[in-house]
Amino acid sequence: MSFDYLPYMRENHLPHMWCPGCGIGVVVKSVIRSFDELGWEQKDIAFVSGIGCTSRAPGYLNVNTLHTTHGRAISFATGIKMHRPDKHVVVISGDGDATAIGGNHLIHAARRNIDITVIVNNNNIYGMTGGQYSPTTPLGAKAATAPYGNLEPSFDLAKLLIGAGASYVARGHVGNGRQLAKFIKDGFAHNGFSFIEVVSNCHTQFGRRNKMADPMNMVKWISDRATPLKKFDEMSDSEQEKHFPVGVLHKDESRPEYTDTYSNLISSLQDKA
Amino acid sequence: MSDANESMRDVKFWPGNVVIAEAAAAAGCDFFAGYPITPSSEIAAHMAAILPKKGGHFIQMEDEIGAMGAVIGASLAGAKALTATSGPGLSLKLENLGFGYMVEAPCVIVNVMRGGPSTGLPTHPAQADVMQARWGTHGDHPTIALVPAFHHEMYTETIRAFNLAEQLRMPVLVLIDEVLGHLSDGMVPPKPGEFEIVNRPMWDGKPEDYQPYFDDKGDVPPFLPYFEGAQWHTTGLNHDETGFPTTNPELVTKQMHRLMRKVTGNRELIDSIDYYEADDAEIGIVSFGSTARAAMVAIKKAREKGIKVGMLRPLTIWPFPNKQVEEFSKKVKALIVPEFNLGQIVYEVERSVHSDMVIKRINKVGGVPINPNEILAGIEEVA
Ligand SMILES: Cc1ncc(C[n+]2csc(CCOP(=O)(O)OP(=O)(O)O)c2C)c(N)n1
Repeated sequence: MSFDYLPYMRENHLPHMWCPGCGIGVVVKSVIRSFDELGWEQKDIAFVSGIGCTSRAPGYLNVNTLHTTHGRAISFATGIKMHRPDKHVVVISGDGDATAIGGNHLIHAARRNIDITVIVNNNNIYGMTGGQYSPTTPLGAKAATAPYGNLEPSFDLAKLLIGAGASYVARGHVGNGRQLAKFIKDGFAHNGFSFIEVVSNCHTQFGRRNKMADPMNMVKWISDRATPLKKFDEMSDSEQEKHFPVGVLHKDESRPEYTDTYSNLISSLQDKA
Repeated sequence: MSDANESMRDVKFWPGNVVIAEAAAAAGCDFFAGYPITPSSEIAAHMAAILPKKGGHFIQMEDEIGAMGAVIGASLAGAKALTATSGPGLSLKLENLGFGYMVEAPCVIVNVMRGGPSTGLPTHPAQADVMQARWGTHGDHPTIALVPAFHHEMYTETIRAFNLAEQLRMPVLVLIDEVLGHLSDGMVPPKPGEFEIVNRPMWDGKPEDYQPYFDDKGDVPPFLPYFEGAQWHTTGLNHDETGFPTTNPELVTKQMHRLMRKVTGNRELIDSIDYYEADDAEIGIVSFGSTARAAMVAIKKAREKGIKVGMLRPLTIWPFPNKQVEEFSKKVKALIVPEFNLGQIVYEVERSVHSDMVIKRINKVGGVPINPNEILAGIEEVA
């Protein structure tokens, strides 16, 4: 029997606002499957986002949903998680939202190792505002604000997050939903800051400007470059440049989780009283 | 021990910033997020020390934007949340402050004013953020801002700020300045039970029937925190009663007017004014915060010289008491508006009164507060 997504959806708010073939759908499906497989109750989940196409996702899900300001989702999520450490807090964000305007919150939440999962739908572009280049737009790629090709080098988000202290970092892509769901589920289950980068397609804003207006072409472009970590590590530098590694890129279960640490502080002060 | 000694023991010599932190805790605040900035930092430091002892949470965020976000997030999860900052920090908080108005998240923001613009005078007082407090975030929005002038008022007004935030489901600002924040003065904090604590109106129906912005009982829809089974949607987009975005002009208009009515329709609850020597006054002063304290000294001195001066001192500066200022102006031949800036609240005074009213501005910048003699000179000029 096929999986029934509808109990997790706010059916009366469909149809969704995304373009046909948008990669966000694959991400949302993976999120729902992961909620289900972990047996998380809908009332115990806060699903938080910033602003952008990706950030519209929470509105369609029947959990506690918070659509905040551009870039700031993680800070709101931090407030929720600190006040209710017993609940599940998940953030979904676009690459511009999470890593440009929201980059500061992203690295600091990772550093604290607070138990929030951040999923970044990395479509290499500012989708909602009309295709301006983002911190993950490849060098040379065309964008509304890079008509002669992007002049700026891009972030490697996974490396950035590992450097910042995230204790779970994985990268998947929209060409392999099953694998992505596994990473997301793992990230949810991990007690600490987890980060899942999803290499995704915005054929409308990125593809159209870069000879991939058809979503299938763009997903193929992504899938062809996605390489399991082990295989990627064995590649030559020039081969690596044409690919990106997917998999669980970092996992450290030894780091204390921030709200656990804070709870310990509270109990130690209570003991003294 | 004698009663006198006992009560001496109750006297606290706290800097204003500590008064505010203590009052917040007394009001039931259980969450603080902030970012260090002079001259407000002691509020954060004090909250960091006392909150975990009470089972509450403190976090120093990576910037003021994040602090405001965390405060609203915690509030939506049910916390009574506080943040404190100074000018540059308030500038950063403004976008999320607007979000707070839009989603109707109760919370309190303290701004310990210092000289500006920009980095300005970090260690010196000013009263130059009063218009920013009212109009700083973009779009039409209601504003409540309280301006205590004394230590006991910083205590009671902080509690009142929490009460108003809860009762009206909206962010409330408290504006003090560097002098009030850092000055230590004696006060006896009221004991629990000696002041009222109001909590947000709660939804008591079935969680599945909850509509976060449905207001059949008034303009303040009942609240149900996250994780209680309602699974409601919160967005900074204009939204209908169910919380979901709408661009329907009628629904947006209805929402916007209701947000404004929470303040315009509750003036009796929100307004607070102290009249000082006002009954027989022939010259009126309108002043607030620490400057009003200098004005009180000036009034005494003027009265010693036989000049009948009195003062209207708003404790609630936003919404501005236009009507009360108008009434006050009718009894006097001139109004003096001392404020520690280059002229902000005087605009509100001017538009409250008859156009031929004599209004004397007393303004100052530079970090040294307006002193009583400067106000006295102004009084003598119009006397
Ligand atoms: C403070 C602020 N600046 C700018 C914007 C305009 N804006 C809305 S969405 C967006 C970028 C969206 O791109 P991304 O985060 O990559 O998400 P996507 O739409 O691609 O999912 C921008 C710049 C805004 N809403 N708020």
